[in-house]
Amino acid sequence: MTLDNIKTLEPSQLREEMQALKSKGFDYLSNLIGMDWGEEEGLGVVYCVENTQTHEQAWLKTATADREQPVIPTVSDLWDIANIYEREAYDFYGIIFAGHPDMRRIFLREDWVGYPMRKDDKPAEQNPLRMTNEPLADDTTEYTLQPDGSLITKKNIIFGPDDYVVNIGPQHPSTHGVLHFRVALDGEIIRKIDPVLGYIHRGVEKLNESYTYPQTLALTDRLDYLGAMQSRHALCMCIEKAMGIEVSDRVQVVRTILDELQRIDSHILFFSCLCQDMGATTAFLYGFRDREKILDIFEETCGGRLIINYNTIGGLMADIHPNFQKRVKEFIPYMRKNIKEYHALFTGNVIFQNRSKGIGPLTKEQVISFGCTGGTGRAAGWANDVRKNHPYAAYDRVDFHQVLRESGDSFDRYMIRLDEILESLNIIEQLIDNIPEGNYKEKTKPIIKVPEGTYYQAVETSRGEFGVFLESKGDKSPYRLHYRSTGLPLVAAMDTACRGFKIADLVTIGGTMDYIVPDIDR
Amino acid sequence: MEVKKRAKIKSFPYEEFKDNETYEKLVQELNKNGANVIVTQLDNLIDWGRSNSLWPLTFATSCCGIEFMAVCAARYDIARFGFEVTRNSPRQADVILVSGTITTKMAPVLKRLYDQMADPKYVVAVGGCAISGGPFTKSYHVLKGVDKIIPVDVYVPGCPPRPESFLYGMMQLQRKVKVEQFFGTTNRKEKEPKE
Repeated sequence: MTLDNIKTLEPSQLREEMQALKSKGFDYLSNLIGMDWGEEEGLGVVYCVENTQTHEQAWLKTATADREQPVIPTVSDLWDIANIYEREAYDFYGIIFAGHPDMRRIFLREDWVGYPMRKDDKPAEQNPLRMTNEPLADDTTEYTLQPDGSLITKKNIIFGPDDYVVNIGPQHPSTHGVLHFRVALDGEIIRKIDPVLGYIHRGVEKLNESYTYPQTLALTDRLDYLGAMQSRHALCMCIEKAMGIEVSDRVQVVRTILDELQRIDSHILFFSCLCQDMGATTAFLYGFRDREKILDIFEETCGGRLIINYNTIGGLMADIHPNFQKRVKEFIPYMRKNIKEYHALFTGNVIFQNRSKGIGPLTKEQVISFGCTGGTGRAAGWANDVRKNHPYAAYDRVDFHQVLRESGDSFDRYMIRLDEILESLNIIEQLIDNIPEGNYKEKTKPIIKVPEGTYYQAVETSRGEFGVFLESKGDKSPYRLHYRSTGLPLVAAMDTACRGFKIADLVTIGGTMDYIVPDIDR
Repeated sequence: MEVKKRAKIKSFPYEEFKDNETYEKLVQELNKNGANVIVTQLDNLIDWGRSNSLWPLTFATSCCGIEFMAVCAARYDIARFGFEVTRNSPRQADVILVSGTITTKMAPVLKRLYDQMADPKYVVAVGGCAISGGPFTKSYHVLKGVDKIIPVDVYVPGCPPRPESFLYGMMQLQRKVKVEQFFGTTNRKEKEPKE
């Protein structure tokens, strides 16, 4: 959608306005995006808050012209997730959030020079490859703004001298990639978790600013590789809507079917990895047996197995394979049968039940405040499905049920995903026989230039709301292209979910949160 | 009498490997001085064992790791080649499959993992990112190929490589292991000079 009414605020008005919005029911901060608007407007932040009852969105922005010491008041006391988002904006743009309790870098090394996302920064020249081990500080800085404009710094302690800190990761099989947790322990009990991110920070958002629009598409697949189809769908849809391209019904339906297949693929992988992490190797093999069937369908139609590169601006790369419908129709009953097998193999297992029921619960208030969308949010009873709340593609014409559960513990997070496989199968079943005729691709100009403006498009990927925020100045490459990571809020909530549980539960809780690290670090 | 070693992979004829030229060069280099008949026979036995039980380190940073999991699963079944014993500790691993992008923040960690592995050790660079930085090569935070920091034995191109290419790459590594002289060279690698 086009964002033509972003409300501009002075930094001094920001907190008042945000508090007013929060009290009006805008309790979900979906985006907090750092921006560099150049010399005149300066550095700033774009906020998006959403009302979880009415699903109404409010967009605001604020900016400060001071490039030497840009200061913007924090909102981290209003929404928990702002804590992490503001650290990201600090890391990329050097914006200091006054009153934020933990103003550290989040993705880049602590000895990194400069702020890479600023338009005038030259990150590669200032930062040669450092082969020394990364220094990790045990304290952090809080800045407070004085009435005269100066800043007072205060040291906050992350880990004190009495804390027993264990490093889990970056090379650890249960962190699902290169994630690093610093865990403070009291015996076996977790007292605090400090996630260290950025081991797979690939600078995708900065790369986007130098790539043309068709080139940026290639990078979305590699963010959340288990939601490759969906994240690329989001970017394509965002650019299409910005340019006013109407894609045919055929494209909409095929995209929806493939999105759902991707979701099943991801949830099967979730099941397999969780079982593997908890010691059930056989279940891992069963999961992969079924996943290969989906990959066969992908391979036949799209050519790729994991990184699919199928959506493109204006439609699809190629028409669906003649076998596509037959294969999918064979797959639906096959998968329904095998889900029962999964439950028989693993869900009923006493060891699994004891290790997951009541472990790492998150309440509905917590998941909203942390912005944990997707299955993690729905397990706590938050109806956050973008497919229902802001329908896109062909989701408004299919009948499906948004699976919700109550307690928000590890077991619920696990069950949600298995139930969603069945829902996805229902969606596919409704559409697979009714793929309308039409063009598989609309004609586009060889050089794509998006008209000047600001655009946002969200989709429901396998693990939550994935958003594409695009600001264009009318050039052939974007001025700013930001992705709302689905996994970042999940990692932010790990501290809350794990406190008071045993260190062995970290594996279960992390596994059921279902995050993908390259998507977190971008 | 001196004997020159040659590798043979069961059920995969020599002609079907694509880059035998590079391999021949490697064979010449490794067999430069030849070796005693008895030592060679013993060598062959040990290398046969080593090449069929290469234990990989589970080291995956991004997308290629998922394909590695697919290779380990039933359809592609890496156990046919003896690579199924994936180790989580570098101390127990023989080969590190660098699957995925290595960022500059990760580079010291990778180097340390490599240093922790016991000799003889091998490195396979899996996927475009590990070979050259891949689609992210222009990024400020991505290492442009792992061979900048650790020596690489086999490169497996692809983004991500198909499971078949994984297996092909691993067979190439097996050929290399089979042609190495274990006694006198591989088992007595010189320590790296301290900087």
